[in-house]
Amino acid sequence: MSDTLSKIEKRTAYILILPAVFLVFSIILFPIFANVWISFKEVGLKDIRIPEPRAKKIVKSIKDNPDQLKVIYKLRNSSLILEIRDVKFQDKFPKNIKPINLDERCRVKSNKINCEFGNWEAKYRENFQILLKSSDGTPINKKELKTIKPKLKGKSDNILLNTNFTLKNFKKVFFQNEFFDLLSTTFYYTFFGTIGSIIFGILTAQLVNQKFFGRTFMRSVLLFPYVGPVVALAYTWELLLDPYSGTLNNLLMNFQVIQEPLNLLGQKYLTINFLGFDLKLRLALTTVIIFEIWRYFPLAFLFILARLQAVPKELYEAAEVDGAGPFQKFINITLPQITAVISILFMIRFIWNFNKFEDIFLLTGGASGTRTLPINVYEQGFTISDIGMGSAVSIVIVALLLIFMFVYFKLIGKRADEN
Amino acid sequence: MKTKSLIYYSLISSIFLFSLVSIWKILVTLQGVELKNFNFVIIITLGIAISLLNLIIGEKLNYLIKSTLFALIFTFVDGHIVQVMPIWYNIGIFSILIFFSLKINKYNQKYLASEHSSQIVLFDFLTLFGIVLFSFVILFPFYMMLITSFKTQAALLINPLDFSINFKQDFKELFKSYFVIFDTYNFGRYILISTFVSVGTVIVTLIFAIPAAYAVARLNFFGKNFLSTSILIIYMFPAIVLVIPLYTVFSQLGLRNSMGGLLIVYTATTLPVAIYMLQGYFRSIPKELEEAAIMDKLNWFGIIIKIILPLSIPAISSVALYVFMIAWNEFLFSLMFLDNPNSFTLSRAIQYLSGDAETPRQYLMAGSVVVTIPVLLIFVYFEKYLVSGLTAGSVKG
Repeated sequence: MSDTLSKIEKRTAYILILPAVFLVFSIILFPIFANVWISFKEVGLKDIRIPEPRAKKIVKSIKDNPDQLKVIYKLRNSSLILEIRDVKFQDKFPKNIKPINLDERCRVKSNKINCEFGNWEAKYRENFQILLKSSDGTPINKKELKTIKPKLKGKSDNILLNTNFTLKNFKKVFFQNEFFDLLSTTFYYTFFGTIGSIIFGILTAQLVNQKFFGRTFMRSVLLFPYVGPVVALAYTWELLLDPYSGTLNNLLMNFQVIQEPLNLLGQKYLTINFLGFDLKLRLALTTVIIFEIWRYFPLAFLFILARLQAVPKELYEAAEVDGAGPFQKFINITLPQITAVISILFMIRFIWNFNKFEDIFLLTGGASGTRTLPINVYEQGFTISDIGMGSAVSIVIVALLLIFMFVYFKLIGKRADEN
Repeated sequence: MKTKSLIYYSLISSIFLFSLVSIWKILVTLQGVELKNFNFVIIITLGIAISLLNLIIGEKLNYLIKSTLFALIFTFVDGHIVQVMPIWYNIGIFSILIFFSLKINKYNQKYLASEHSSQIVLFDFLTLFGIVLFSFVILFPFYMMLITSFKTQAALLINPLDFSINFKQDFKELFKSYFVIFDTYNFGRYILISTFVSVGTVIVTLIFAIPAAYAVARLNFFGKNFLSTSILIIYMFPAIVLVIPLYTVFSQLGLRNSMGGLLIVYTATTLPVAIYMLQGYFRSIPKELEEAAIMDKLNWFGIIIKIILPLSIPAISSVALYVFMIAWNEFLFSLMFLDNPNSFTLSRAIQYLSGDAETPRQYLMAGSVVVTIPVLLIFVYFEKYLVSGLTAGSVKG
C-alpha cells in the first residue's frame, strides 16, 4: 500500500518539476555545453545564418499586348559563403492564366508552376522570367498576381553541425588576445568591487541597525541603486562624470579642488605625485569599480542587516557591563556574528562581479583599460564577429569560475570541519 | 574631563558640521548661485568654538535659547563671509545649525568624563555623518536624472551647474523631453513591450515554479538533493556565457526580435531563484493541512490550488515582484536579441537612443526617468514583501 503511494508520489513529483527542469536545462545548461562545441570551431557571425533561396517577384505589363504579362523573379542565394543544393521553386497563378515559352527547368501542374533549379553556389544570382498569357481573353489581374508569393526550398550545410574542429580559437585566446591583461583587469575589478561593496554594506548595516528618525526611509533609499535599471543609472553616471559638461567636474572646478577637468571614464591612467613618487592609478577602472560598489553594496547591506537584527541584544548588554566601548563591541561581537554572511556574500558577489557585463559596457564600452573577460566575449562575438572566439573566451570564464568555486568550497569546508 | 575626549568631541563635531554645510553649499551652487569656496578653516574654527561654548554654557541656559544663539552667531558670520546670498541660503544654514546644536546638546562635561566617551562620540557622529553622506551620494544621481530631464540643451550647455527649474514656464515646455520621447521616439510602444514581457515572465515563471517548488519542498523523489543544490549553482551561472549559443540558436530558429524569445530566456533565468524562494516558504506551511486534504481525496493538483496557493500569497507576491523587477531591468539579453526598433524593450530603446551622439541628453534622462519610476514605485510601495523575499532563505549563517 505505502509502496504504491510512494510510487505515485514520485511520479507526481517528476510531473511537477519536469517542465521547469526542461526549460532551465535547455536555456541554461545546453548553452554551456554548446559553448564547448562552438569554441572548437571557426565560426563567424555571418556563418550562423542558414542560407536561404530567395526570390523577389516583379510583374510587368508588355506594351501593345494587353493580354500578356511578364513576371520576373530575382533569384538569389542569401548566403555569401555557402551553397544551397536542390533548390525547388513553386508559384501559383490565377486560373485563367497559362504560361508560354516556359523554361525547361519548370513544369506546369494545374495552376501551379514547379521548377527545379539544382544547386546554387554562394552569392548566386539569376533573373528568371515567365511570360503569362490570359487563356480566356479577359485582362490579367496584376494585383492578384503580385500578392501571391513564390515558395522556395533548398538544402544547405549548417556550419555548426559539421565536425570540423580546430584549436585555433584557444590559441588566439591565450596568445593573441592580451590574455593576462584581460585577466588582471577582471580580477582588479572583481576583487575591489566585491571588497568595497562588502565594506560599505557593513558600514550602512551598522548605521541602519541603530535607532534614529527616518530609519525605514533610509533603508529604502539605500536599496535604490540596487533596484534601479542599470541602463538609466549608468547613463546618469556618465552624464555626472562627463569631463566638460558633467556636474562632478564642474563642481570640483568651481570649488577649486581640481584645476583641469578629469576624464574619469575615458582616461586610462592618472599620475599622482605622492611624496616624490609618481603613482599611476587606473583611473577609468577605478571609476567603474566605484560605480559597481555604489550599485551593489545594497545587497551586502541587506544581508548583513538581516543578520545584525538577529544578534541577541543580551550579548551587547553583557559587553557593556564588562565595560566594553562601542569599538570593542563591534570587533568582538558584531564582526564574529557576521563573518558567515560575509563569506557567503563574498562568494556571491565575487562570482557575479566576475561576470558583470552591463555596467562596464554601458559606462565605457570596455575602453581605456576597463576591458574585462565578459566584455571581451561580447567584443569577440559581436564587434569582431568571431563567434568561435567569443565562445572560447566564455569557456575560459566558466573554467575560472569552476576553479574559484572549488577552491572556495574547499576552504569553507575545511573551516567548517575545524569548528 | 579627559583632554582626549575633549579633542575628539570638538574636532569630530566640527568636521560633521563642515560636511553638512558643504553639502548644503553644493546644493545651493546647483541652483545657479555662484559660490566658490567651502571656507574650510573658518567653518572648522567656528564649529570648534561652538562645541566648546556648548560645554562651557552647559545647562545654564535653556537648550532652545542656546541653539538659537549658536545658529544666529554662525549664520551671521557665514553670511558676512560669503556676502550677498539669497535669503533661503541663510535660512538653510540656520536650520542646519539648529539641528547641529540640538545634537551636541546632550554632551556635557560630565558625559565626556565617562569611560569610552571619545569612542561613543566618534560613533555617534559617524552615524550622523553616514546618514547624511549616504543619502546624498545615493539620491544625488536620481535627483540629477530627474532635473536634467526638465532642462533644455541650451541651458545645460551654458551652465552645467544650474539645476534650478523654471516652474513659471508653460507645462508643455517643461515636459518637452517627455513629449518628444513619446512622440518621436515611440516610447509608448516600448513601455507596452516592456510591460508585456515583464508581466508575461512573471506569469510563466510562477506557472512553472510553483509546482516545481512544491515538489522540492514536500515530495520525495530520486535526485531531489541534487536538484535543489543544482538550482543554486545554476543561479550563480553567468548570463554572459549563455549569450553566444543562445544567439546562434535563436537566429536559426527565428526567435530573435520576438517577445516570445525574450520571454523564454527571462523565464529560464528567473526560474531557479523563484523555485528557491518559494520552496523555502512552502516548507514553513504545516504539513497537517495537506494530510487532511489527502484524507479528503484531493489530488496533488487540488492540494496546490486549494491549500498551498491561498496560504502563500505573501511569498508568491514577493517572488512575482522580484521577477518583475528582474525582467523589467534586464539589459544584456535585450541587447543581444533585439536589433529591430519595433521590438525594443525600454532599456534597449534607451541604449539605442544613446548610440546616436546627436541625441540631446535631456531626452536620454527623460527615458531613464520613465524606465526607473515604475520600479522605484513598486519597490517603495511593496518594500516589506521584497526585502523579506530578497533575504528569505538566503541568509543561513
